[in-house]
Amino acid sequence: MAVSAPSSQPKPLELVCPAGNLPSLKTAVDHGADSVYIGFRDDTNARHFPGLNFDAKTAAQGVQYAHAKGRRVFVALNTFPQPSGWERWQRAVDQAAELGVDAIIAADISVLEYACSQHPNLPLHLSVQGSATNYEAIRFYHEHFGIRRVVLPRVLSLPQVKHVLENSPVDIEVFGFGGLCIMVEGRCLLSSYITGESPNMCGVCSPAKAVRWEETPRGLESRLSGLLIDRYAPGEPAGYPTLCKGRFEVADQTYYAIEEPTSLNTLELLPELQEMGIAAIKIEGRQRSPAYVTQVTKVWRAAIDACRRNPAAYVPKAEWQRELGKVSEGHQTTLGAYHRTWQ
Amino acid sequence: MTEHQPKLALGPVLYYWPQEKLLDFYERMSAAPVDIVYLGETVCSKRHAMNTADWLALAGRMSAAGKEVILSTMALLEAESELKTLRRLCENGRFTVEANDMGAVRLLAEKGVAFVLGTGINVYSGRTLRFLAGLGAKRWVMPVELSRTTLAAIQVERPDKVETEVFVYGRLPLAYSARCFTARHHDLPKDDCQYRCLDYPEGLTLSTREGQAFLAINGIQTQSAQTCNLLPELAELRELKVDVLRISPQTEGTETVIEAFTACVRGKRNPLEAARALSAKLPYGACDGYWRGEPGLRQVA
Repeated sequence: MAVSAPSSQPKPLELVCPAGNLPSLKTAVDHGADSVYIGFRDDTNARHFPGLNFDAKTAAQGVQYAHAKGRRVFVALNTFPQPSGWERWQRAVDQAAELGVDAIIAADISVLEYACSQHPNLPLHLSVQGSATNYEAIRFYHEHFGIRRVVLPRVLSLPQVKHVLENSPVDIEVFGFGGLCIMVEGRCLLSSYITGESPNMCGVCSPAKAVRWEETPRGLESRLSGLLIDRYAPGEPAGYPTLCKGRFEVADQTYYAIEEPTSLNTLELLPELQEMGIAAIKIEGRQRSPAYVTQVTKVWRAAIDACRRNPAAYVPKAEWQRELGKVSEGHQTTLGAYHRTWQ
Repeated sequence: MTEHQPKLALGPVLYYWPQEKLLDFYERMSAAPVDIVYLGETVCSKRHAMNTADWLALAGRMSAAGKEVILSTMALLEAESELKTLRRLCENGRFTVEANDMGAVRLLAEKGVAFVLGTGINVYSGRTLRFLAGLGAKRWVMPVELSRTTLAAIQVERPDKVETEVFVYGRLPLAYSARCFTARHHDLPKDDCQYRCLDYPEGLTLSTREGQAFLAINGIQTQSAQTCNLLPELAELRELKVDVLRISPQTEGTETVIEAFTACVRGKRNPLEAARALSAKLPYGACDGYWRGEPGLRQVA
């Protein structure tokens, strides 16, 4: 079960890019992703959206394409199976192993246990959905399932990330860019409270089928299962009604009470992340288009390479930030929890 | 054969109450007909009205009053200081601990002591429950978003001697964040929050712009505005062999809730009628949707 601890010499930062379909996977590989993560076409992964993801054939093509170019493919099986659906998760683990993928990204104990016992040579990463925010939790998953890597929830400040890393028996992957979950992933039930479907149970958050847009005399309104999430003045840009990013009333104030519609962007933190020995940077967005994947992969490849060549002189180029801004939610970005003042 | 009799538990206080108010509350609870009392701060480590020694002293008093005492631990562990407190609780040597993070599970399993799996641990199947029972879990609290159908399936797979607890009454804990929403509401940084959650003994209600209340802000925790009330489902809870019913403390009326559940469990009151009397007093109504496999905020019964 023991996996050797990461060496003290920082490895080059691995760029992990999202792919919701084969064109996205190919463009990620073509534009410099070191690894691409995908999901199957069902509720075994946390981006269970209509028309998205891979079947057996496209997954096999994707793995072949990536491996031919020396890149890796991870499969996210990061939801929590209930007794009635167990066979789907079991099949998905077996299928990932048969495909020869480079790792499974899982969160649930039963999935990790099954993968670890049935496919001992298949590397396991603990998904962000596993809610491991401290090194004791990471050690738990390492000791029992031999995980090789953990993806940290987007709730830690930079010094906290460093402290976890220094005490972690496995490699650390952090989110670098994309849609920002501000709740601890794996522990947020807001979506099921309103719509009946959550990331943990169904692999969705604020699902599209629950969304309604209405033009009213008061303005454009977005609703989730009938609940008013936001209302836009004429000309005001409207965003997807993710539950935690609406404007609500608290004690007579109307504001983004939980979070603004914004994306995480840590381009400026790259030297620090590299210095502390982070193994991989994850880009969010399997639900986004191949154009998004192309754009974001290009920028991050260039940034990681520039930072590696000369960290002391590294400054994010204005042009990179512009390109990332264009594909960001609400066209704005934040350092999120990495920056203490955000909290 | 006698009817299956579930025990009553009082969950940890999820809000930040001043020490005097908290101690007064537990003084009253020591005389209330609850079998199990969960004690401790589970939401925010900055809440310092009670330190670990204070909690342990209170645990001793509640135990002397005849209660089964469980020490609850934090759901979101980030700082080393929080892990230190966790270790102290796990090593207390006297009281059982409720783990709300896998870090706590690791420490308790390492010590070889039996523990409780709180709502913060994702047990969505009998397989996961069996694994954790093998490490020492003696009771699990069902994640609040699971339905009676899923519970029924898990109960079939449940290992012997593992007790099942269901959150039956109170505002549902729905999410945890690094961000403090109470401090944000007051435009204060989290590091200088001025303990504003002391001003909201039941959290701060969040509504849509149409005035529909649906969430409550409690520091870094987000709760339901509606109060989960599964008292009308008592017959089903019994049928499913649920061992423990958890009531989550509120600032007002917790005794009335405990009395209603006690009377119904003992067959002295009609659960539907008692539930309606409780629900009538709720500012934003009751909900039972999760239990029925529907959106959590719905009220079906």
